[in-house]
Amino acid sequence: MTTSTQLGTSPVRQSKLTRGQRPKWLVPVIGVAAIVAGAALAALVGFSIALWALFAAVIFLVVGPLAVGLIEGSRSGTDSLMTFLVYAAFILAVIPLISVIWTVLVNGIPGLTSNMLFTSMNGVTGFHDNQADAPGSVIGGAYHAIVGTVSITFWATLMSVPVGLLTAIYLVEYSRGGWLGKAITFFVDVMTGIPSIVAGLFAAALFGMIFGPSTRTGFVAAVALTVLMIPTVVKNTEEMLRIVPNELREASYALGVRKWRTILKVVIPTAISGIASGVTLAIARVIGETAPLLVTAGFATAINWNSFSGWMTTLPTFIYYQIMTPTSPTNPDPSLQRAWAAALILIVIVMLLNLVARLIARAFAPKTAGR
Amino acid sequence: MSTTISAQKPGTRQSSAGRAGDSVFSGLSLAAGILIFAVLAAVALFLLLQALPTFAAPAEEITGGQGFFHYIWPLIVGTLIAAVIALLIATPVGILVALYISHYAPAKVSKPVGYVIDLLAAIPSVIYGAWGATVLAPALVPLYNWLAENLGFIPIFDGPASQTGKTMLTAGIVLAIMILPIITSMSREIFTQTPKLHEEAALALGATRWEMIRMSVLPFARPGIISSIMLALGRALGETMAVALVLSSGPMIASLIKSGNQTIAAEIALNFPEAYGLRLSELIAAGLVLFLITLVVNMIARAIIARYKEFSGAN
Repeated sequence: MTTSTQLGTSPVRQSKLTRGQRPKWLVPVIGVAAIVAGAALAALVGFSIALWALFAAVIFLVVGPLAVGLIEGSRSGTDSLMTFLVYAAFILAVIPLISVIWTVLVNGIPGLTSNMLFTSMNGVTGFHDNQADAPGSVIGGAYHAIVGTVSITFWATLMSVPVGLLTAIYLVEYSRGGWLGKAITFFVDVMTGIPSIVAGLFAAALFGMIFGPSTRTGFVAAVALTVLMIPTVVKNTEEMLRIVPNELREASYALGVRKWRTILKVVIPTAISGIASGVTLAIARVIGETAPLLVTAGFATAINWNSFSGWMTTLPTFIYYQIMTPTSPTNPDPSLQRAWAAALILIVIVMLLNLVARLIARAFAPKTAGR
Repeated sequence: MSTTISAQKPGTRQSSAGRAGDSVFSGLSLAAGILIFAVLAAVALFLLLQALPTFAAPAEEITGGQGFFHYIWPLIVGTLIAAVIALLIATPVGILVALYISHYAPAKVSKPVGYVIDLLAAIPSVIYGAWGATVLAPALVPLYNWLAENLGFIPIFDGPASQTGKTMLTAGIVLAIMILPIITSMSREIFTQTPKLHEEAALALGATRWEMIRMSVLPFARPGIISSIMLALGRALGETMAVALVLSSGPMIASLIKSGNQTIAAEIALNFPEAYGLRLSELIAAGLVLFLITLVVNMIARAIIARYKEFSGAN
């Protein structure tokens, strides 16, 4: 299979050309043997599935390439070793993803009650949690966190999209490779790398200096998220504006249309699908941010629609606090249940946003013929 | 189509209004660009201003009682340890997965796989943290016990191992899972840009697939791989929630399988909500240090990318 690149051409004169080529059954047989031997070894040490998989993988990765190498020579041996390693790495990378999604689904679905979705944590105390004995009887939910997530994300989007969009327009339409454009590009890249907690600290420090220390509102959090969101929006929009063909702009200028009208009426409408999907992806990125909210939005248990006064909770901070400081320290299960249900809601929101971004990109497919 | 833009003004027929519109619009977009500078400068400035009391305060008043450097040093070391563990795990796996997508997987599979890897990047960090604390940490306890028993003579595996699994190594593994998609998606992009002629020439000379990758793909992609690793490092240094939830922190120790150590980001997240006065300023100073570290790492990465862009013909 894997060596078809070098010797696979002449099946007729098999005897001569395929001498020194491994039989087709070799790798599957080694695989099965490795699984069996792995099970035996694991049983010797103390059986567990993880141990079994580990032993089987190691045996396969050692014996497989060795066998191939003995039959076909060391170059082929190395080649098959790398092939197996590549596949192993892929499997290794997928395991945590499956495990994360599985954990969230299994732990989150039982908690997904109407209480969870439509009530807040206002007035819910450890006493109530100690009384709850079944998943259905847990009271209190994440409604206030959903409200907080929606309003903080709304303000962050409202602030970052115009700035990001205009910056990208400046970079593509006005700067055209000037030194200022280069500098802005560089600093946008630097901004991409700002740790989210530092963005939160910045917002907290800024508002702390203006409105007194420990000013914590939804809007402070929105400012922190804006810092994180702007570079993503700029990068995505810039990329999209760059693939708008110059012929469109020139045609518009030739008709006597002014530059700003050209940008608004020709360039942006052409790129709108990409811009919209980029903005959606940026929202999906910041909606899951936790660290900046911990230091800017405080922690609330009641519903608060007003981003400009009072503390707010979002879904990520809700999850964090439910895990770290359970409502009832002696019986953390109801809190954990709420945390996982909130995690499920959050993952669904993020996945939906990603899906929407893809759908937008596809639905308003580029009206251009490439660059 | 709903592509009307709200910023449009009535009466643009007249040329004077049009001219005004032009200058207003270019002014606005220039202002937005300059705002980026302003924001970045403001981040540094406000952090610095709020951190000043810490640097001015006498050493006894800082947490730990021996000055700011003594306070921040273990945190910097902890941050670096976590990031290095994450890189050591994520780099080989990430590059191999990128190779899988670009050169090994059948064309039908590679696209969905790329999508799945992007999904891995989309999952919020707090969920990774929760998963790491509840699923991964307990699952790793037997491994840690084994390490402590058999490799305990190495300082980093010094026992007795933590029985909750909430250790630096676990935090590093969770971080590795989180930065894997960055390395994979950036490397994949560059691997697929390798000139087809180079690959075909290598194969035509009788190279095996691995030799082809080693001789034509990897040299072409090396700067890109390095910069993707640097960017992932920047992310790992600044990642907060995974560490805050997974690690049960403590003083600086060499062993990675005991509870202990702490990172800057997690220290801030855990203590900021209750902090006031000098403690607040201390944490902001810690944030400033983190900001500077990630700034340097990211600038190096960007410089590598910028240099690479000049060489590459794939633009």
